Amino acid sequence: MRMLIQWRTLFIGIAMVIFFATTAMGAKTHLKMGMVLEPPHLDPTAGAAAAIDEIVYANVFEGLTQIDQNGTVQPALAKSWDISRDQLTYTFQLNTGVTFHDGTTFDSDDVVFSLTRAMAKDSVNAQKGLFKTISSVKKQDSHTVIIQLKRPTGSFLFNMGWGDAVMVAKETVQKNKSTPIGTGPFKFNKWVKGDRVELIKNKSYWGNPAKLDKATFKFIPDPAAAVNAMMAGDIDAFDNFPAPESLSQFSANSRFKVVIGNTEGETILSTNNTRAPFDQLKVRQAIAHAINRQAIIDGAMFGYGTPIGSHFAPHHPAYVNLTYTFPYDLETAKKLLAEAGYPNGFKAAIKLPPPSYARRTGEIIAAQLKKIGIELEIVPVEWAQWLDQVFKKTDYDLTIVSHTEPMDIGIYARDRYYFNYKNAKFQALMKQLDQTVETKKRYALLATAQKILAEDAVNGFLFQLAKHGVWNKNIQGLWANSPVQANNLTQVYWTK
Amino acid sequence: MLWLIHACGDSTMVKQLKEVLQDGLYNRKFIIGSSITLLFFAMALLSYTWTPHSVEEINIAVKLAKPSLEYWLGTDHFGRDIFSMLIFGARNSVIVAMVAIVIGMGVGVPLGLIAAAKKGWIDETIMRFNDFTFAFPALISAIMITAILGPGSVNSIIAIGIFNIPVFARITRGTALSLWKREFILAAKSAGKGSIQISLEHILPNASNILIVQATIQFALGILAEAGLSYLGLGTQPPAPSWGKMLNDAQTFIHFAPQLAIYPGLTIAITVLGLNLFGDGLRDVLDPKLRRSR
Repeated sequence: MRMLIQWRTLFIGIAMVIFFATTAMGAKTHLKMGMVLEPPHLDPTAGAAAAIDEIVYANVFEGLTQIDQNGTVQPALAKSWDISRDQLTYTFQLNTGVTFHDGTTFDSDDVVFSLTRAMAKDSVNAQKGLFKTISSVKKQDSHTVIIQLKRPTGSFLFNMGWGDAVMVAKETVQKNKSTPIGTGPFKFNKWVKGDRVELIKNKSYWGNPAKLDKATFKFIPDPAAAVNAMMAGDIDAFDNFPAPESLSQFSANSRFKVVIGNTEGETILSTNNTRAPFDQLKVRQAIAHAINRQAIIDGAMFGYGTPIGSHFAPHHPAYVNLTYTFPYDLETAKKLLAEAGYPNGFKAAIKLPPPSYARRTGEIIAAQLKKIGIELEIVPVEWAQWLDQVFKKTDYDLTIVSHTEPMDIGIYARDRYYFNYKNAKFQALMKQLDQTVETKKRYALLATAQKILAEDAVNGFLFQLAKHGVWNKNIQGLWANSPVQANNLTQVYWTK
Repeated sequence: MLWLIHACGDSTMVKQLKEVLQDGLYNRKFIIGSSITLLFFAMALLSYTWTPHSVEEINIAVKLAKPSLEYWLGTDHFGRDIFSMLIFGARNSVIVAMVAIVIGMGVGVPLGLIAAAKKGWIDETIMRFNDFTFAFPALISAIMITAILGPGSVNSIIAIGIFNIPVFARITRGTALSLWKREFILAAKSAGKGSIQISLEHILPNASNILIVQATIQFALGILAEAGLSYLGLGTQPPAPSWGKMLNDAQTFIHFAPQLAIYPGLTIAITVLGLNLFGDGLRDVLDPKLRRSR
């Protein structure tokens, strides 16, 4: 009998603990977010990998300006700015009371340091082009900075909002790759390599504080594992779900919300323009004619995605629809190949990075090009190999990758970019675009640029990547679109 | 096999074959195993002349179709015919497993014979080297080799073949050592035959039964290893279909199109089961001791 009573009290005790624990908890304050790729390091000013920005942009690091979810420029560390009449002098007023996570204050000296470092000759910044119009950065007083430009630059405020232009502190900059120190509403907590990065709330944030106490970014490269992790609740949200075929299953489940949005990701069949036979315009045009974009979108992306005909995002106002510049037509494709001297086609290799969109699209393209006699050997590569062999050494024939940077048509004017595309006319056009401020004129130039790329069939332009967001229905504040590479968690909260 | 014929002479050979077949008819394992194995080889051969659909043809319009007269087992996520892919996958499996066994036997059996015949430091060197190779689990060493040489079916053949070498070397040496103690070998020795000659003329033919049985087991393991490597993306590369790769592709569809995983999974399971039964049955049938006791 005594035993029985003891058990009963114990049971009641446990029940009460559970009851109070659940009622006292209220809404959750910890968000676990899934990501496909792990970043190589965490310094956005020293690397091109999108995964870096997807963790630290706006959360840990902030710039003078910031790009919001609609792609427009918002004040960030600079609370306001004045632009001189000749468009050459920008005077930024900085917010006061801003401190870095290590406690040091943020002021004009940090702006001068960050921008001078990014502009420097030995800078390792992945987007040095953002800073090339700056002629000088000067401190006027502790919270006023004057930036002089070499020429009027229409996109300057937007450029300053990129993850590559964030503000860093002189004292901690060397260690940002492993322990990033910024000014953002989240502080870096720890990085378990191969598994996750943890951020915690910055209690002494200068602005509107974060609503979450903790954010974890968990790396799950395998789509099947991602489905299971979502279903089991190990992950609360996936910004861009790697397996589009499983979206229907999430939207049918009342626990989840599926939000399809835009990305800046032009998915292209990148072509080595200096390697034979791809150096021949007719060969590239034949390939463009042989690609059935809708079949690729249906087969690889399960219908999510918009076909494109040039390197430009369809939701941008300056977009021109060039999808049918080279319509799907096998006869014309074969004729063009014959004219180029390959009546029986040829053999080439296609190197495919790990994401499933690339691997699947690659398989479909190989089958499609086979119909005009081009035999593609499929070579799957890991990201590190891809970055080294394809991106750095341009040792490849064809590859498939999504270019997720916003407004990145300028990469075609770069001297040593991995497409090896050289067109003086296009380069001149980009220079002209740089110096044009008026929106209408800019759009006209952008339209011409799109047409040149489409007609030159520089790459096989396939589709604009859709953003398949999947998250718990009780989460509010995640972005539907991704105008920049970011998972901005500053305004995210749980309703329950 | 050549040595078997050579050793037995024509009349005994025929007699022995007849006995084997007679025994086989009473052995259930042998019957089931050999019919599954025959079916599997028939599938592999069939792929050279006919498949219902082309396995490389992608037809998105009919993706994930249900089984029908046109597509007997339905289609996969690219609209490829699953039945055709299974038939074609059988060919890949046979080639990989078979060549791997040829590598394993070609290197392993001579090594085992030499070790047993020469003894001493030669034996020690060969066997310790074998132990070293054997210490790595099969799939781990295969992953290691394909990681160094790069993915692809040729490299997976090499990897599985290398794993087969110590298996055959060990079993050959063990059998040979017990044979070397027998009287007829002593007789051959006193007749003045050298150790190489004895190994080839007397040891190998008498070890062949055991080697054949081991080969069928290694064959089944080879198929499993090939499927495992292809599943990991290290074996057969697309667009060539392979059972392991089909399983990998099916992963993300498992919640709403489980048939994509079930068909190749079942095929692998049944084939490996059949080969193992065949090997077991063959051992029973070929082993003179077991035969006598019945």
